[in-house]
Amino acid sequence: MDDLLFNLQLVALGISNGAFYALLSLGLAVIFGMLNVINFAHGAQFMMGAFAAWLLLNYLGIGYWPALVIAPLIVGAIGVAMERLMISRLYKLDHLYGLLLTFGCALVIEGVFRNNFGASGQRYSAPREFGALDIEYGDFFMPGYRVWVLIAGTLICLATWLVIEKTKVGSYLRAATERPELVQAFGINVPLMMTLTYGAGVALAALAGVLAAPVYSVHPGMGANFIITVFAVVVIGGMGSIMGSIVTGFMLGFVQGITDIVYSEASQTVVFVIMAIVLLARPAGLFGRA
Amino acid sequence: MAEGSIAAAGVPPIAAEKASFFGFTRAQALAFLLMFAVIVVSPFVLYPVFLMKVLCFALFACAFNLLIGYVGLLSFGHAAYFGMGGYITGYAAKAWGVPPEIAILMGAAAGAAIGLPFGWLAIRRAGIYFAMITLALAQMVYFFCLQAPFTGGEDGIQNIPRGTLFGLFDLSADMTMYWVVAFVFLAGFLLIHRIVHSPFGQVLKAIQGNEPRATSLGYRTDDYKLMAFVLSAGLAGLAGGTKALVFNIATLTDVHWAMSGEVVLMSLVGGLGTVFGPVVGATVIVAMQNYLAEFGAWVLVIQGAIFVACVLAFRRGVVGEIAHALKVKL
Repeated sequence: MDDLLFNLQLVALGISNGAFYALLSLGLAVIFGMLNVINFAHGAQFMMGAFAAWLLLNYLGIGYWPALVIAPLIVGAIGVAMERLMISRLYKLDHLYGLLLTFGCALVIEGVFRNNFGASGQRYSAPREFGALDIEYGDFFMPGYRVWVLIAGTLICLATWLVIEKTKVGSYLRAATERPELVQAFGINVPLMMTLTYGAGVALAALAGVLAAPVYSVHPGMGANFIITVFAVVVIGGMGSIMGSIVTGFMLGFVQGITDIVYSEASQTVVFVIMAIVLLARPAGLFGRA
Repeated sequence: MAEGSIAAAGVPPIAAEKASFFGFTRAQALAFLLMFAVIVVSPFVLYPVFLMKVLCFALFACAFNLLIGYVGLLSFGHAAYFGMGGYITGYAAKAWGVPPEIAILMGAAAGAAIGLPFGWLAIRRAGIYFAMITLALAQMVYFFCLQAPFTGGEDGIQNIPRGTLFGLFDLSADMTMYWVVAFVFLAGFLLIHRIVHSPFGQVLKAIQGNEPRATSLGYRTDDYKLMAFVLSAGLAGLAGGTKALVFNIATLTDVHWAMSGEVVLMSLVGGLGTVFGPVVGATVIVAMQNYLAEFGAWVLVIQGAIFVACVLAFRRGVVGEIAHALKVKL
């Protein structure tokens, strides 16, 4: 019985990790759909979100809740600048150039943070009120903050999905993803939409970063390790659908939790193994279109 | 080939390709002789260990370039083959006392052996997906190397003996080692050149130009792509193995994703898809790392900035620009 509860705890933690995968792969999918760019800097922007929260707290005394709004706005603005100054120059070229450019940006960002804050981690504590959400039952213990991550992650994903699938702006976005020239001909400012889409995707990464700050230690390399796993998640889900990337993200968190119980050494590699299997069975990804 | 295609960046639009000796055009032959002269003379002027590092990375970049330049596939996971080549060579030389010539070949075999299943999986997709898949698979190798007992985890394999080549030449002297590295590099370089100019290489180019058409002409394009992938991985393993012997050490740095990015950067700076670009790019980047080593993390910033600058304004790379200005193929 105690074993079972302890195992359930690992699965629950896995699913709350899945919330981060879902948030990040969602942002990647939105950006890719509109810009045809795989945003390698997504991990660095996630890290910037976490650092922004930490800096706001330590230098300006601004706490967790305001940071949840301010940090994504700041990092999103940086994203808008990146798109206007650099990424927008590459749309006519091979998509791989976008990957290389954003990889370069990721190196610059990570390097700057390493210079200023060193490679070691900074602690960022969650507000104490999350203790009220703690779930404890025998050997099962889920910290309140993890419960919050799970709830917030799910809500943000659903909200993004609703905006894209059910609103007018979302319908423009979907139309521009399919046929940008035609949408432009209808008098919609597609370049502006691309800029804002990139900014929104980046802000989503930063929001995930703020959520992650109390869970993982805040350090310059935190995004890079994350993003490669998220790439595998994206390959598994395929980039065809928004809901697909959300579901795949949570699902892989769950699978990682299960692997932690069965054979914990493989918990870091299981995502890549699943990616290999999916490539064999369905090269376009679970939700992808060939 | 599509306008703005990544592999076409460094290649000037020259139709007539007059082959002189060994498949080189006249300009390439001159460039090769120049490179050969530099390789022969430089150890008497510059520090041989630095030059050996340059040559190892140049071979690594050439191996990477074989895929992007001639098949149009951008691998973001070449560190896996490079690093694993280093680990296997190092382990064989240290734990089993294998002579260096066999140990290096075992490194190349290790690279090819990982390249076979990885390539088999990755060539199912192209473009951006191919890059992400190779990156993810390489990350798996990284985690494996982090946990596997034989790699020594965070410490790596240290004190790898250089050994005695063919039982005759003691490689612990830097100059002797240098000539071996120079030989390995030139052999790898010419092998790649030979591959590209073989009938096999011509089919690869056809696939890059128009894959459906190559398929309709009866070529099993996947087999050709896989073969090119395995050759590229094997040569990367050869470079990694040689590097492990030169520096007596094989560590996690060489399997890390940053190393995969570095080799992309070298090829990009030199000129993607050019014959000599990766060599020039590797020289530039290794020299830069050497002189900037004391600045710590700024190296990362500068590398990233070079990446951005190259992609935005300098897509042909050094050799590509020279070739474009002279209207020749290099």
